[in-house]
Amino acid sequence: MTGLEFEKPVRDLQEKIAELKNFTSTSEVDLSDEIEKLELRLKKLEDDIYNSMTPWDRVQMARHPNRPTTLDYISYLFEGFFELHGDRAYGDDAAIVAGIAKYHGQPVTVIGHQRGRDTKENIQRTFGMPHPEGYRKALRLMKQAEKFNRPIICLIDTKGAYPGKAAEERGQSEAIARNIFEMAGLTVPVICIVIGEGGSGGALALGVGDRLFMLENSTYSVISPEGAAALLWKDAGLAKRAAETMKITAPDLRSLGIVDEIIPEVRGGAHRDAKKQAELIDEVLQPAIKQLQMMEQTALVDLRYEKYKRIGGYAEQTTGLKD
Amino acid sequence: MAIKNMFTKQKPKKIKYATIPSEAAKQDVPEGIMQKCPKCKKIMYTRELQKNLHVCFGCGYHYPMKAHERIKSLLDEGSFRELDAGLSTANPLKFPDYEEKIAADQKKTGLTEAIVTGVGTIDGYPSAFAFMDSSFRMGSMGSVVGEKITRAVEEAIRLRIPFIIFTASGGARMQEGVLSLMQMAKTGAAFKRLSDRGGLIVSVMTHPTTGGVSASFASLGDFNFAEPGALIGFAGRRIIEQTIREKLPEDFQTAEFLLKCGQLDAVLHRSEMKEKLSFLLDIHQTGGGER
Repeated sequence: MTGLEFEKPVRDLQEKIAELKNFTSTSEVDLSDEIEKLELRLKKLEDDIYNSMTPWDRVQMARHPNRPTTLDYISYLFEGFFELHGDRAYGDDAAIVAGIAKYHGQPVTVIGHQRGRDTKENIQRTFGMPHPEGYRKALRLMKQAEKFNRPIICLIDTKGAYPGKAAEERGQSEAIARNIFEMAGLTVPVICIVIGEGGSGGALALGVGDRLFMLENSTYSVISPEGAAALLWKDAGLAKRAAETMKITAPDLRSLGIVDEIIPEVRGGAHRDAKKQAELIDEVLQPAIKQLQMMEQTALVDLRYEKYKRIGGYAEQTTGLKD
Repeated sequence: MAIKNMFTKQKPKKIKYATIPSEAAKQDVPEGIMQKCPKCKKIMYTRELQKNLHVCFGCGYHYPMKAHERIKSLLDEGSFRELDAGLSTANPLKFPDYEEKIAADQKKTGLTEAIVTGVGTIDGYPSAFAFMDSSFRMGSMGSVVGEKITRAVEEAIRLRIPFIIFTASGGARMQEGVLSLMQMAKTGAAFKRLSDRGGLIVSVMTHPTTGGVSASFASLGDFNFAEPGALIGFAGRRIIEQTIREKLPEDFQTAEFLLKCGQLDAVLHRSEMKEKLSFLLDIHQTGGGER
């Protein structure tokens, strides 16, 4: 399994334990006491490392090549996912997957960014960076969900909308703007979950809903740490510093009042056990849908408006600081 | 014959005195009295240029326009009532050096933030307005810009009047991070609310309208217009060139380019702006806003 830089001490210790175990089984010397001690130390080390992850560690985790994608979670969370294609105007964008399925027996519409799981697939899916037709496919299926009164679940996992010539010509800006606008008015429950990277407007175009959840090690930001560093300090090498200053982790967004709940991750990251991770998502998703489905349609839209209206930090001369 | 010679002799003299100015000197026209067009290099009196709504007499280049000048050029005299002038930036992420930058721009521009909002009339037709000003932090959108737009839209809903916005913005305000991203959702939701109540929304994109602003309210008018030559787009030219590894055409992401791609209703010259807005307000007097 691919390891990350900050996990190196854990890996080293694991290797040492494995070595000792191997040695014990092949020679006469009994080292089980030593091994037991080391395993205790490993547990403590893991606690220390995974409980004190820096924002930059989380960025690495969110970008982990083995991190479960939208389709991985769909296979664990939903029954009978039926993928639907096309925006009915231009084409089908493989960077967004969308379809209908059953969730605990109930019909839902599921939409998500889809990264490739290898280079070939990544090229086909433009690395999970959608074109306008992807967003328009998503919108078409959201309106369909609204018509048939199905809750919508959006899984967010993109570096951002695709920066290309054709994307601009076909109205990348308008496609993102239109999704934000229409999602604000949907009369069915909309739940958005950031599962990996939430990159800027390209993420937000699937991200306006009644609830926003983030996996513990996912990120959500207006620009990548590299981009921010290049823009603010003219040095992309300062990405680590930017990751800290920009407040992009799940705990950061929770404290800013943007994220409703953080979904805990399997120890060491979601990629260690996608099935278990799906269960952890399920634990938060199911009650949220239940709760939202009990609400009146107009109340749903009004509360969604209020939710976004509250976000921001500014000073007001008459009433002082507000946030 | 002698007289003719006199003239021919003077010609080379003139050439002798001509000097080739350096690149810096070319741009160096005293500020204040005279201005040089950055596009066609025509030199014009600043006062004349102001009278011409900051449009070059030579090539029609549209200079960036300050929010207050735009208000003066479009609205009925004395009709503008500013909203939420007391809102100012609070550095919500405690971003280093942010307050200093804001203070410097406040001093430079005389504005509190990158936008002025309010209600007023054009030829007697009432509307709520928002004017972005690119001279303040490149018109970037932070919490204050998002909140002021949202409140102006809410005022339009309350008064059952249309909403007209002039955009000029480099996009999201980096120093407010994800909070600035969320202003796209906030303003978009406000536009939806006004639209659902039958309200007219007009967006006029001016130079530049890019990134998060172009990907939210700027593109959400019932009518989307742009000023000639304005740069409008989602991703930056350099990033696109790096991604697709090809050189982009000169006119890429200009208003005219977008019109050709079907992304705009019209490109409007500044000289016809008031007349066209007035016509739209006239046409939508009944029906729109009365549901």
